[in-house]
Amino acid sequence: MRLYEYESKMLLEKYGIPLPKRILVKTPEEAAKAVEELGGKAVIKAQVLTGGRGKAGGIKIANSPEEAKKLTEEILKMKINDFPVVAVLVEELLNIDKELFLACTYDEVAKQRIMLISDAGGVDINEVVEKDPSRVYREWFNPFYGMMAFKAKKMADFLKLPKDADRALQSVIMRLYNLAVDYDTTLAEINPLVLTKDGKIVAADAHIEIEDDAMYRQQQRLEGMGIHDRPSTPREPTEFEKLAEENDMSDHRGVAGRAIDFGGSLGCIIGAGGGSLTTFDAILRYGGNPANYCEVGGNPPVKKVYGLAKLVLSKPGVKGLLVCHNVYSNSRVDLVARGVIKAMLDLGINPAEYPVVYRGAGAFEEDGYAILRKYGVRYYDRRLGMDQAAKLAVEMLKLIEEKEKEGKSLEEAQKEVAQYIKTEEFVKKVLGEEVAKKVLEGL
Amino acid sequence: MGVFVKVEVNPEKCKEAEKLVEICPVDIFAVKDGKVVVVEENEDECTFCNLCVQYCPEGVKYTKLY
Repeated sequence: MRLYEYESKMLLEKYGIPLPKRILVKTPEEAAKAVEELGGKAVIKAQVLTGGRGKAGGIKIANSPEEAKKLTEEILKMKINDFPVVAVLVEELLNIDKELFLACTYDEVAKQRIMLISDAGGVDINEVVEKDPSRVYREWFNPFYGMMAFKAKKMADFLKLPKDADRALQSVIMRLYNLAVDYDTTLAEINPLVLTKDGKIVAADAHIEIEDDAMYRQQQRLEGMGIHDRPSTPREPTEFEKLAEENDMSDHRGVAGRAIDFGGSLGCIIGAGGGSLTTFDAILRYGGNPANYCEVGGNPPVKKVYGLAKLVLSKPGVKGLLVCHNVYSNSRVDLVARGVIKAMLDLGINPAEYPVVYRGAGAFEEDGYAILRKYGVRYYDRRLGMDQAAKLAVEMLKLIEEKEKEGKSLEEAQKEVAQYIKTEEFVKKVLGEEVAKKVLEGL
Repeated sequence: MGVFVKVEVNPEKCKEAEKLVEICPVDIFAVKDGKVVVVEENEDECTFCNLCVQYCPEGVKYTKLY
């Protein structure tokens, strides 16, 4: 769960990490009053659950209460990456000497907490790592020993700050580590951590995320601080997503849901043990316009695949379908095929005349292929990569749309394309002669 | 009736109806008036695990319709 900046700072404050004076406001009038209290000048910061707010105009300096009022009015109306601005944090201006970076996260390879420190604060740390990795120092922490003072000293010494600032920094490092452990954070980042001109270390910004799986033991203490659990998406689920969720929850076996609604025309029924995301990425990379994201895995019953397929096929705007599974989906190919074909039949769709790119591999694949053959669906086995399947599907959709532009009805276009995509010519054209020969041999 | 699988049961040859209901992992059988019957809406869930046939070889038969 991601926390707002003001919530993150509540935690930092609890752990004694120095912060600028700040007032959380929800109206322009309150902002004006807050700026007045802070001496007539302040930073106005959008409280929003996403990054990039500075670039999006969500952080502004107000030089007077009147200006603060105007800026707050503008910022409160903003949506950044689709996330609404829920409040504004009015903060005192700092007299900045240096902007630093400090974070505690988890190294999944080392299976240990890791802390990173850099003198390149205020910017995206990933960019710094890419351009000049020598500016970032990393320190790993064995959970049995936890934080040790000498490690904090090593980290602070990396930045070569004046003596007092170095000591203050060591203290902040130790406190941030303790916070991260106590609150099960996946990320506790202070960027920038400011060295002021009078030598103080102050956390100017904060970004904390708490491990969702640890919420069962964190929820109560967070609630006590007024921090409530929240969904990680910026918007309410759509009707399609709600129905897909209902369908998935209708039976405990396997997954056929976790759908995300997009406005495109390529319906997707994908399952690949993590490959759903990469296939989805491939669709986008090839210029496709997906109607939805979803996950199918763990061998769901036919009725769940049927429910999902029916939802996807009847989604407004869907013109063609990509069914893509690999062995790691751990789902039987025949059960998935049954669900998809049954949904088509129930919707009055003739599977032989509907544009589908179907790639399936795994247990009971011969049975699955037999079903697809019976209903006239061109299928591909494991010789066709999932990336290549995505490419075929994207090209299939382009053909449908071209035919529509030529003045054909959607149904006519779908019928014609459904036949054409079954030809060797289509596969050769999209994937090249060599690949086409390989993937079509014996099918 | 299933689109992909047809399951037939002869209640006269499978007397212990409850046992058949218990044995099927995908709920294809039910008991009606003390006799075992096929739940048609679940027929397509058949995974060919064969447990029903092993339990009552004379009375249960499933056929792939493809």
